[in-house]
Amino acid sequence: MEKFTKITAVTVPLDRANVDTDAIIPKQFLKSIKRSGFGPNLFDEWRYLDHGEPGMDNSQRAVNPDFVLNKARYSGAQILLARDNFGCGSSREHAPWALEDFGIRVIIAPGFADIFYNNCFKNGILPIILAESTVDQLFQAVEANEGARLTVDLEQQKILSDESMDEKIDISFELDQFRRHCLLEGLDEIGLTLEHSDDIRAYENKQKKITPWLY
Amino acid sequence: MTAKTLYDKLWDSHVVRQNNDGTSLLYIDRQLIHEVTSPQAFEGLRMSGRQPWKLSANLATPDHNVPTTDRDKGIADPISKLQVDTLDDNCNAFGITEFKMDDIRQGIVHVVSPEQGATLPGMTLVCGDSHTSTHGAFGTLAFGIGTSEVEHVLATQCLIQKKSKNMLVQLNGQLNPDVTAKDVILAIIGKIGTAGGTGYAIEFAGEAIRSFSMEGRMTLSNMAIEAGARAGMIAVDNTTIEYVKGRPYSPKGEQWQQAVDFWSDFYSDSDAHFDKTVTLDASDIQPQVTWGTSPEMTMSIDDTIPDPAQEADSVKQEGIKAALEYMGLTAGKAINEVPVDVVFIGSCTNSRIEDIRAAAIVAKGKKVADSIKQALVVPGSGLIKQQAEEEGLDKILTQAGFEWREPGCSMCLAMNADRLEPQERCASTSNRNFEGRQGQGGRTHLVSPAMAAAAAIAGHFTRIDKL
Ligand code: SF4
Repeated sequence: MEKFTKITAVTVPLDRANVDTDAIIPKQFLKSIKRSGFGPNLFDEWRYLDHGEPGMDNSQRAVNPDFVLNKARYSGAQILLARDNFGCGSSREHAPWALEDFGIRVIIAPGFADIFYNNCFKNGILPIILAESTVDQLFQAVEANEGARLTVDLEQQKILSDESMDEKIDISFELDQFRRHCLLEGLDEIGLTLEHSDDIRAYENKQKKITPWLY
Repeated sequence: MTAKTLYDKLWDSHVVRQNNDGTSLLYIDRQLIHEVTSPQAFEGLRMSGRQPWKLSANLATPDHNVPTTDRDKGIADPISKLQVDTLDDNCNAFGITEFKMDDIRQGIVHVVSPEQGATLPGMTLVCGDSHTSTHGAFGTLAFGIGTSEVEHVLATQCLIQKKSKNMLVQLNGQLNPDVTAKDVILAIIGKIGTAGGTGYAIEFAGEAIRSFSMEGRMTLSNMAIEAGARAGMIAVDNTTIEYVKGRPYSPKGEQWQQAVDFWSDFYSDSDAHFDKTVTLDASDIQPQVTWGTSPEMTMSIDDTIPDPAQEADSVKQEGIKAALEYMGLTAGKAINEVPVDVVFIGSCTNSRIEDIRAAAIVAKGKKVADSIKQALVVPGSGLIKQQAEEEGLDKILTQAGFEWREPGCSMCLAMNADRLEPQERCASTSNRNFEGRQGQGGRTHLVSPAMAAAAAIAGHFTRIDKL
């Protein structure tokens, strides 16, 4: 997994609550047996005017000019600003794969659905939970300052504005230390767990007596 | 000893190792596998040269992409076919038990596993699918995971998890006629919202919940995820144990009594602490119909479509407006006047034998309205299909004008050929009414099987007793 320390990038505001994983990556693209290549179909139904299917040449499709991700001022965005309950619905990890493939490395919202939140960390995406009022403030700042970039610093656990922004942004965020550590180091969790193989075996040996039908 | 909730007991008995950062290494007794969320996990195993930790803990079946007609002709869509073939190849290569497409035991994972006794009380169970919460009906800690975690469980039989908080949903009193588990869970989601359970494991309790069969309990737990909770559980009782008894994977002989004794402890102690408690009165719940694009947008069959102007919160107001526009509905209209184009009875929420019986009772001797373009009944597994046929339910339904299909996810998410056309309106027994869920531009209204059958007969939503 790619390490995450700090990024400075354009932030795209997606002003909509309860964005579900079906919207992030529609089901027809789940048929792929690969982990990459989902980026062009991120938010497919909102991003394009026609109906997308796997195998289409996305560069030839008509884009929806009203959809925020298509606006020139947000091109190259790596930070996604969202509303509450982002990533609800299906557990598909294709949703963070699509976001990551598109280039998103940070998502800021007042709340995330649990499974999606978890899946982000496995894919080098940092989901940040902030108070609703702070998120409101960020929406206003991002919409008001075209071309401005935000810096997300995981080591310092801070979100900072660059000089081009009218108001100064300096927001701290909380994060569980294990997840922070894995992101900073780009760690393979399976490898970490296998270091505890003896503990797992000891647990199994104990359980064999208590629940023998499972062994 | 301190009093524990059901969730505490399940959690504590599966902790392999407590990490000092607040996470735990949790042992997973069973993993269910389907074709959509597993290929990349198997690929990961291969790339790192790892082997499954405990083969017998895994059980696989294809469900999302399988056709529900002409099974003998195979899968027409080459991309769907590749995904199902990949599952077959991976299970063959690693030695994982799989009920393949031509096996009578094939079906929707969440239907198949309980039916086989592979879901047992007191265990931890995961699947790369959010509706894994279904299995919580057995006093099981069951939750959906992503593909990286599927790989993690394959390789280590464990997951690194942080414990959720405890929420109790208490349903007091008796249910009204025609109110099913589906109506109850929709009403609960309507009350607490789709993020109401985020960060919690829910336990459903109370007299009305106890009175549900295992099928009803599974319907309830199935949609815990729609309330934001990864897990939704119900304590073990006689109904649970009677259901599990004699199934292929359940314990036999001497182990049976040992298991029953062990399982009987999986309930919340009377003075256990819950971080949040929500209480509902069963008698307040009427048959439900969702009107919007989120499961929390639900109402009673006697109500009218909500008016966004009545909503004070501006984000919510926009949400209602967008939902009404997408759904093609006008504020103030009675939901029982809204005509339906398609009816879908199926999915891991409502495709079990009781659901099909409920639909058949309503449909018996009647005809699907001429205005209905399609009315599908898709059993959850090959064995349910067989049982329904033995009971003559297929005849009742087909004589009424329903189509009787092969088992799978089907129009629940339209990854196979069964899908809505843009703007078609569907009365569906599935669990998600998100935009485009049942086909691009399709409009989904979530209802119980009896309500779906009634809508098929009437051509519009209706109270069952008004048919
Ligand atoms: S029936 Fe629907 S919700 Fe259930 S597993 Fe299949 S696609 Fe998912």
